[in-house]
Amino acid sequence: METNQSISIKNLALSFGALDVLKDLNLDVGQGEFLVLLGSSGCGKSTLLNCIAGLLDVSDGQIFIGGRNVTWEEPSERGIGMVFQSYALYPQMTVAGNLSFGLKNAGLPKAEIEERVNRAAKVLQIEPLLSRKPAALSGGQRQRAAIGRALVRDADVFLFDEPLSNLDAKLRADLRVEIKQLHQKLSNTMIYVTHDQIEAMTLADRIAIMRGGQILQLASPNEIYNRPANKYVAEFIGSPTMNFFEGDIVGGDGLRFSTGDQFFPLEGYEFHNGTPVQGPAWFGIRPEHMVTGAEADTAAIRLNGSVELVEPLGSDTLARVAVAGRSLWVRMDGQALVRDGDSVTVGFDPARANLFDKSSENRI
Amino acid sequence: MAAATGPARWHRNLSAKIAAIPMITTALVVFIGGTAWTVLYSFTSSKLLPKEKFVGFAQYERLWSSSKWLISIENLAIYGAFSLIFSLLIGFVLAALLDQKIRFEDTFRTLLLYPFALSFIVTGLAWQWILNPDFGIQQVVRNLGWENFSFDPLYNPDIVIYGILIAGLWQGTGLIMCLMLAGLRGIDEDIWKAAKIDGIPMWKTYIFIIIPMMRGIFITAIVLIASGIIKVYDLVVAQTGGGPGIASEVPAKYVYDAMFLSQNLGQGFAASTMMLLTVIVIVVPWAYLEFGGKRRG
Amino acid sequence: MGNVTRASADVQVSPVPQEMTGPRGPKPRTVLSRRNIMIYGTLIMVSLYYMLPLYVMIVTSLKGMPEIRLGNIFSPPVEITFQPWVKAWAEACTGLNCDGLSRGFFNSVRILIPSVLLSIAIASVNGYALANWRFKGSETFFTILIVGAFIPYQVMIYPIVIMLREVGLYGSLTGLVIVHTIFGMPILTLLFRNYFASVPQELFKAARVDGAGFWGIYFRIMVPMSLPIFVVAMILQVTGIWNDFLFGVIYTKPDLYPMTVQLNNIVNSTQGVKEYNVNMAATILTGLVPLTIYFISGKLFVRGIAAGAVKG
Repeated sequence: METNQSISIKNLALSFGALDVLKDLNLDVGQGEFLVLLGSSGCGKSTLLNCIAGLLDVSDGQIFIGGRNVTWEEPSERGIGMVFQSYALYPQMTVAGNLSFGLKNAGLPKAEIEERVNRAAKVLQIEPLLSRKPAALSGGQRQRAAIGRALVRDADVFLFDEPLSNLDAKLRADLRVEIKQLHQKLSNTMIYVTHDQIEAMTLADRIAIMRGGQILQLASPNEIYNRPANKYVAEFIGSPTMNFFEGDIVGGDGLRFSTGDQFFPLEGYEFHNGTPVQGPAWFGIRPEHMVTGAEADTAAIRLNGSVELVEPLGSDTLARVAVAGRSLWVRMDGQALVRDGDSVTVGFDPARANLFDKSSENRI
Repeated sequence: MAAATGPARWHRNLSAKIAAIPMITTALVVFIGGTAWTVLYSFTSSKLLPKEKFVGFAQYERLWSSSKWLISIENLAIYGAFSLIFSLLIGFVLAALLDQKIRFEDTFRTLLLYPFALSFIVTGLAWQWILNPDFGIQQVVRNLGWENFSFDPLYNPDIVIYGILIAGLWQGTGLIMCLMLAGLRGIDEDIWKAAKIDGIPMWKTYIFIIIPMMRGIFITAIVLIASGIIKVYDLVVAQTGGGPGIASEVPAKYVYDAMFLSQNLGQGFAASTMMLLTVIVIVVPWAYLEFGGKRRG
Repeated sequence: MGNVTRASADVQVSPVPQEMTGPRGPKPRTVLSRRNIMIYGTLIMVSLYYMLPLYVMIVTSLKGMPEIRLGNIFSPPVEITFQPWVKAWAEACTGLNCDGLSRGFFNSVRILIPSVLLSIAIASVNGYALANWRFKGSETFFTILIVGAFIPYQVMIYPIVIMLREVGLYGSLTGLVIVHTIFGMPILTLLFRNYFASVPQELFKAARVDGAGFWGIYFRIMVPMSLPIFVVAMILQVTGIWNDFLFGVIYTKPDLYPMTVQLNNIVNSTQGVKEYNVNMAATILTGLVPLTIYFISGKLFVRGIAAGAVKG
C-alpha cells in the first residue's frame, strides 16, 4: 500500500441475489482528500458508502482504510465517522448524549469524553444546544449535531450520506459552506454522497460519477465539466443539459463534423490522447458555450434559427432555439432582450465542443 | 442485510440467532411439529393415551356419523354465516355514523367497543342472565301485559345458536367498527369533495366508491371474524354448556370434550384436523389472492 | 390599488340589486336537522343497547335474592346490598373450595405478570432481530410463525400437553405461562417487527458506527424509543391473558384455575340454589381488570387492536 492513500478499494463487488449493485469497483482516495460520489438514485453511490462504513457486507473485494484491511471489521472499528441524511440522532438522548454515545461504547474515560464533546461543540457552535433533545432543534441544528457526532470520534475518515438533502435551499447553501470550511480546518479524508451536482462541484477535490454500480469518471470538478469522459457524464453535469448533434467525423481539408446538410469545422478541438478519429459520433456543446448576436458573427460555427421559448432567470436568460428542425438550449446574458419568434444566429467554437464515439459513447 | 462472505458465516449475527431461538423453536416444534403430530395421530385408535395403532380413516368415519359432530358443524355454519354478515354490516354502519364529524365521537366509540375488552365467559354469563326466561327479557315483556310472549333462545334447541349469536355480536362488532372507522379515516378527503361536486348522493358514494376502496380493510375484517368463528368455545361453555342437550355444540368444544372428558383422543385429533382443514380451505385462497401472483404496489 | 377599485365602486350604482338582498354570510344551520336527529338517535339507541348488559349485571348484583325473584331485571335496586359482592369474592363455592373468586383472582395475577413480561420480552427481541438483524432463514421462521397464528389452537393443544408433561410442567403455572408466551408470539412479534421496521434504518446504522452491538442497540436505542408500542403490547397481552379460558382449563389444575375458569365453575355449577346476584357480582369482578385497562388506556387500546389486526 502506498502510505499517502487514506482509503483504497480493490475489486469491490456486491450483489443481492441476482442483482449486482456494485461491480468490480476500484477506488483510491488520498489522505485529506474531499471525494464526492455523484450519481442519480440507484447508481450504487450510497451502497458504496455503506460498504466503506461496514454497514453492508461485501460479496467480493477488499477495503483498506489507513493502510489497514478493514473488509471484515465492524463499523465502529474502522476509524470512521458518519453523517446521515435523516440526521439519525437518537431521539431520547440530548445532543451531548448523542455525541458521547459512541465514546462511551468505546470505553473512553469520562473526562476525555467531556473534553471531546466540548471541543466538537465549539467547532460547530452548538455549545448552547448540548443539553437539548433533537426534537427541540431546527433542521440545521440537527445536522450540525449529527456532524458533531462524527467529529468527536476523532476519525481519519468522514462519510457523508446525502447530509443536506432534507434541508431547504437556503440552509443547504449555508451548511455547504460550513462543511467546506470544516474540511479546510480539519483536513480529514471525506467521502460525500450526493445527487446534487452543485454540491459536488463546489465541495469536491475529485468527483466520482457513478452509474450502474460502476465509476464512470473520477476526476476534478473542472476536468469533469470540461472534458467529460463519456456522453452520460456530459449529460449529467450541467443544467440545462449539453446540446448534442448526431453525425459523422469526416476527413477532407481538415477534419469536419457532418450533421444533416451542415459541416462543422473541428479546428482547435483537442482529441482524446491527441489522436484524431473519424466515423459516426456525437457532437456536444454546452448552452453556456454558445454565443448570439454580434459575437456569433465571428464564431467558427454559425447556425440560424428562431427562438421558441424564453426562460428569464435574472442572472441569465435561457432560450430554446429551433435550428434546422431541432431545439438547442442557449444561455444568454440576463439582460438579453429576446422574445418568442425572434430570429437569431447562434455560434460556437469547436475548441469548446465534446465529441463522443457513436457506439461506445466514450470521449474521442 | 446482504448475504455475508465474511469470516466464518455462522458467527455473523450470532446474537440475533441466539435471540431468535425461542421463535425458531416455537415455529418448528410447536406449530409445525405439533400440527403434524396431531394430524398423524388422527389416524390411530388412541383412546386415553396416544398410541401408534393406525386405523386409517376409521376416526373420521366415526366423526362424520356422530350426531354431536354434525350438529356442531351445522351450528358453526349458521353462527359463522350470520356473524360474518352482521358483524360487517353493523360494524360498517356504525363506523360510517361515527365518521360524520359528530360530537362525542370518543364517548360513543368507547361505549360501543367496551364489550370487546370482556372475556367470552363474562359475555356468555351476562347474556345467559338477560335471556333467562324466568327473570330476563321474556318475563319483563310478559309483565308488561303480553302474556304469551316467548323469547327463550337458550332453552329452545331450535334457536339456541341464535342466542349465542346475539352475545357474540355484542362482544365483537365494536372491533369491526373500529377497523372500519380506521379504514374510512384513511380515505382521502378529496374523494369526498370530488363526489360532492359531482353531486353523488352520500349512500351511493359509500357503496360505489368508498367500500371498493376499503377492500383491504374488509378482507382483514373477514379474516379476523372468520378466525374468531372457528375458535368459538368459551362463549358456548359459559352460556349453554352445549345444551339444551347437544343443541348448541360447536367443533372446538367437541375436540375438548373428546380429548379431556371422554378419553377419546383419536376422535379429538380427527375433529381438530377437520378444523384445520376448514381453516386451510378458507385461508389458502385468501393468502393466494393477497400474497400470491403479482405483488401489488 | 384597493382604494382605486373601491372608489370607483362607490361612484357606480350597482346594476344588479339581488346582490344586496340575496343570501349573504353563513348559511343558516339548525342543530336539530333531520340528518343530526337520525345520526345521534341511532348512535344513542345502539349505545344504550350495548350498555344494557353491563347495567343489568350491576343492578342485579346490588339486589337481594327476594327482590330478584319478584322484580324486573331492568329495574334499579330498591334496597342496595353489597352482600353478593362479598360473597362472590370470599365465600362462593367451586367444588369443595368455598373461598370465593379471590383464589382465582390471585391465580390470574400469578399467571398474568410472568406471562405478560416473558411474552413481550421474547417477542420484542424477535421483532427487533427480524427488522434489523435478518439472517438466513429468519424470514422463513417468521412466515411459519404468522401462518401458525391461523392454525386452530385445538390442533396444537395435545402435543403441548405431552411436551409439558415430559418436562414436568403440565398442570403448573409455569406451564401455562409458557403456553401464553407461545401463542402470544405471532401477533406480538408482528407488532414489534413492524414497529421497529418503521424506525429509520439510519438510526440503526449510526448506532453501529458508534460501536453498539445487538443488545446495546436494543436496550439503549430501540427500547427507549419504543415505549408506546410496549404499552400497546402490554394492553393486548393483559386483556388477552386475563380473558383466556381454554388454556387455563387445559393446562392448570383446579387449585390453580384462573379467574375465568373459576367464575364459570361458580355460575354454572348445578348444585344448590342459584344465587343470581352473587353470580353477577362475580361476573363483574372478573371483567373488572380488562374493563379498567380499557377505560384507562382509551386510544392506546384502539391502537392495540388495530395493530393486532394489521395484515401479516
